[in-house]
Amino acid sequence: MTKSEVKLLGAWPSPFVMRARIALNIKSVSYEFLEETFQPKSQLLLDSNPVYKKVPVLINQDKPICESLIIVQYVDDVWSSGPSILPSEPYDRAIARFWATYLDDKWYPTLRSVRGAKGEDERKKLIKEVGEGLTLLEDALNKISRGKDFFGGDQIGYLDIAFGCFLGWLRVTESLTGVKLLDQVKTPCLAKWAERFCAHGAVKDVMPQTEKLVEFAKMLMAKMAASTPN
Amino acid sequence: MADEVVLLDFWPSPFGMRVRIALAEKGIHYEGREEDLSNKSPLLLKMNPVNKQIPVLIHNGRPISESLIIVQYIDEVWSNNKSPLLPSDPYQRANARFWADYIDKKIYSTGRLVWGTTGEVQEKAKKELRESFRVLEKELAEKTYFGGDMFGLVDVALIPFYSWFYTLETTANFSITEEFPRLVSWAKRCMQRDSVSNSVPDQYKIYDFLLDLKNKMHSIQ
Repeated sequence: MTKSEVKLLGAWPSPFVMRARIALNIKSVSYEFLEETFQPKSQLLLDSNPVYKKVPVLINQDKPICESLIIVQYVDDVWSSGPSILPSEPYDRAIARFWATYLDDKWYPTLRSVRGAKGEDERKKLIKEVGEGLTLLEDALNKISRGKDFFGGDQIGYLDIAFGCFLGWLRVTESLTGVKLLDQVKTPCLAKWAERFCAHGAVKDVMPQTEKLVEFAKMLMAKMAASTPN
Repeated sequence: MADEVVLLDFWPSPFGMRVRIALAEKGIHYEGREEDLSNKSPLLLKMNPVNKQIPVLIHNGRPISESLIIVQYIDEVWSNNKSPLLPSDPYQRANARFWADYIDKKIYSTGRLVWGTTGEVQEKAKKELRESFRVLEKELAEKTYFGGDMFGLVDVALIPFYSWFYTLETTANFSITEEFPRLVSWAKRCMQRDSVSNSVPDQYKIYDFLLDLKNKMHSIQ
């Protein structure tokens, strides 16, 4: 497959875009990365994701695939000769999918809302919820990894990708609130896993630097404050 | 090899219905256990400690939660079968997952607001729900089922909400049959399958249940 046949429409700060990039890297797929302009949204984005108009969108031989976790599963299905991303056992797949859904539906939205919390009480409550989620995930890591380095075992897999993509924004939240969320004392296995994940060959070049993300977050917050009527 | 399959369920739950349909499509024998959601059983709390919700499939003692995850699990485990719920082509699979996920995002919570509220909140929800039905009707187009000729994941994801149609129409005063004729024909086609008609309760029974629930919700406020 030539490089131009596989395109990924994305944005560098997006954890969801990162998921698609990691999956493609695991399979050693050459692809063209197209940084979405937004404001206004590009015609390519509007045409290839008319339902949600969001990144990431994977375009393989002119066919668009949307929604990050669906893209990851698609990449695993298409490039089946490369290392497996989904676990091989149906039960293990169901567990990995369960935690990915938990992350997307519950944990990450809570993490995001910490930044926009109104008042110290609300912030504290949300931070506590993020911490409780991490405790659940620490427990899950212990059960699922069976003593190995990653949720996927010896190699990173679906759940590593689904969760690891949020580490940048987790660090941003730590930086902005001054609160350590991923605690080596409370969640030692997760803390070690996070380091290993970020150092992994398929991840390190696509994980944005925390300082850049903090700058980006501050810019977003300033924009929101400016556009919110008092 | 005897498989032990238990489903923790609640008869009016559209999510429970999805799993019932998938199990029936595959001809799997299982024990259905009705949960009282106001008094959740120790088994439910043990098997789904994170969300404490039904449906939960317990296969040989191991729990699987989240309806669409359960349906895919069923399809993967009981795969040497004439009725695959997901296509084999990767792009078609991605497409099926996309639309099942769309239904998960758009129908349940908006539908609840349509039958559960009044006034401006209801009007806004009704507008959103109509838009979602429009998108789905367009995606269905002239096909027999969402995936084409074969009944599959997207059909399983959506058909339980057919049991809400009478309630939605009556509480929000609009006609789904008139506005979305293809969707309604598709729903009636699905209901002709035994797996579906045995899993999806009658619309009037659901209406009584939802209205009762709505009254309870309002009396709490």
